Amino acid sequence: MHMIDSITALGARAINLVRGMGQAGIMLWGALVQVPRVKKGTPLLIKQIYVVGVQSMIIVVVSGLFIGMVLALQGYTILVDFGTEQSLGPLVALSLLRELGPVVTALLFAGRAGSALTAELGLMKSTEQLSSLEMMAVDPLRQVIAPRFWAGLISMPLLSLMFVAVGVYGGYLVGVSWKGIDDGAFWSILQAAVEWRQDIVNCLIKSVVFAWVVTWISLYRGYHSTPNPEGISRATTQTVVQSSLAVLALDFLLTALMFG
Amino acid sequence: MTKKIELLVGLFLLAGLLAFLALVYKVANVDVSTSSDTYTLRAEFTNIGGLKVRSPVKVGGVVVGRVSAISLDPEKLEPVVTMTMDKQYDKFPETSSVSVLTSGLLGEQYLGLTPGFMDDGISILKDGDRIDDTHSAMVLEDLIGQFLYSSKDK
Repeated sequence: MHMIDSITALGARAINLVRGMGQAGIMLWGALVQVPRVKKGTPLLIKQIYVVGVQSMIIVVVSGLFIGMVLALQGYTILVDFGTEQSLGPLVALSLLRELGPVVTALLFAGRAGSALTAELGLMKSTEQLSSLEMMAVDPLRQVIAPRFWAGLISMPLLSLMFVAVGVYGGYLVGVSWKGIDDGAFWSILQAAVEWRQDIVNCLIKSVVFAWVVTWISLYRGYHSTPNPEGISRATTQTVVQSSLAVLALDFLLTALMFG
Repeated sequence: MTKKIELLVGLFLLAGLLAFLALVYKVANVDVSTSSDTYTLRAEFTNIGGLKVRSPVKVGGVVVGRVSAISLDPEKLEPVVTMTMDKQYDKFPETSSVSVLTSGLLGEQYLGLTPGFMDDGISILKDGDRIDDTHSAMVLEDLIGQFLYSSKDK
């Protein structure tokens, strides 16, 4: 009897998992597959870009600067032993463009903007604002979910680019201004190593994929949260945990596809 | 309030664009030159070693072009390297030679172009011309093999 119970529990979990994925898919489909309304949609989108993009900018830029500086400092202490400290530029730029830029931005974005999206939607649901919208014949998917999703998808690649640009500058500060690597050699070796298609386009592809996944998880967790304080707090935690795990797993997959 | 938000969002988008341009032009150094100010040359080798597409073509250390394609001649079964040369360096005589060289001990491989002599009846290399005088890459295993055989003879 005990064994049957545990098999039943396993089945219930699997069904719940599939049901959750289906709900998330239906939510996104309903929000995105619409005739676009430029006049009404644009102000909503701008407001959300402000909330998820502009307000995440400070933390992303500051983290980028420090990560670039730390990378340069650690790289320098190792490279100087071999007399190849001029390769510091490619070390910093390639690790930022290929991995750290998109991944760390996505993790910061999940913590800063994703959790806020989930909490906001959860509170909207518990105060029945979403049902009120439906009562007034306004589609909440279109009015609430769609602008937030597009805002996340637009903001995160831009944030990644800022992260990388500032990080390279941080590496330049440590390498050239502090440790005295030759200015011209730093840039020319860096420029010889970084390629447009291989590095910058792949960085953008990664951050668009991460933006899609993190924003989707955040919106789904908020939209389908249990409408009470405990449920909202659990949904917010799940957003951060699941987005981070999804980003790290997808990063491995994308890296294997792009550079493997 | 809305005006302020719109301004900040505009600044955010501009900052993103600026970061993109900085990465493209300062970090990746994408060449903006169009195909109109380049010309192509071809050369056949017996072995190109580790030469790759986009490897530089240098004259005395100055980059004058890049390898744009590497293929195998279907009949002679020898590698054919196509080079895209900068138009501002277009005065190489047809007696010039190219060799596959390595920068430093462990560095990347590149094409070294050595300008030949000029004389009456010798023309300048033009778009699509072939350089006949080529020197292939040094392959370490071949060198060791030759060394072993020559030391055995003694």
